[in-house]
Amino acid sequence: MDLSLSTETVGDRTVVRVGGEIDVYTAPKLREQLVELVNDGNFHLVVDMEGVDFLDSTGLGVLVGGLKRVRAHEGSLRLVCNQERILKIFRITGLTKVFPIHTSVEDAVQATD
Amino acid sequence: MAVVELRFSALPEHVRTARLVAAAVARRAGVDEAVLDEVRLAVGEACSRAVGLHQISGITAPVKVALIEEEKQFSIEVGDEAPHAAPGGTPGAAQDGEAEIEEDEMGLAVISGLVDDVEVTTGQDGGRIRMTWPTTPPTAALV
Repeated sequence: MDLSLSTETVGDRTVVRVGGEIDVYTAPKLREQLVELVNDGNFHLVVDMEGVDFLDSTGLGVLVGGLKRVRAHEGSLRLVCNQERILKIFRITGLTKVFPIHTSVEDAVQATD
Repeated sequence: MAVVELRFSALPEHVRTARLVAAAVARRAGVDEAVLDEVRLAVGEACSRAVGLHQISGITAPVKVALIEEEKQFSIEVGDEAPHAAPGGTPGAAQDGEAEIEEDEMGLAVISGLVDDVEVTTGQDGGRIRMTWPTTPPTAALV
């Protein structure tokens, strides 16, 4: 438990707001949500991680899986995160080079490249 | 030396409990507050890996976590009972589990990125990850 998910459409982007803990137990729910969005034709995703208290490698795996899915449709997956302890996990795994990470949802929604 | 031991069925929902207990004991042992997030993440990774290994191998035995408080250091040992290939092992032993193995490697990558003092041992009877952090002596903490 302890994972909250909500989605909102902003222009051609779909913003997924994630809250709580993303770990080996809760990550499958996030995976389901991302798969469902892509299956429904939402290929430009913004995952807002500002409400995330904890993220482990299982969560990273789900995000990488989401990125692979949207890229198959020439889409994008952008992250919003300002929390140092979460950003650190992306840094030590080298994933800062894989995901565009933005400081605000507004910034991520407007980004084009 | 003081020890807290935790044994839990190899289920993902119990990994959070292990994280909470480990962080509480680490704090009590004098691990720096700034490092507690790393302790929480590292023990979660080690336990998630052990749970995955038990589930893939169909092992019903619990995952074991030992939280060991020693002079000037605090260690966490996470033990699994999954049979590991010997070092240099048997290629192609688990082709179906490719995705799981990738996650397993990512977990280990996170642990080695986070923890300076980490020791991974594996054998036919299971594996063990031992992670150690320095502690502030309690006397200094009280002053």
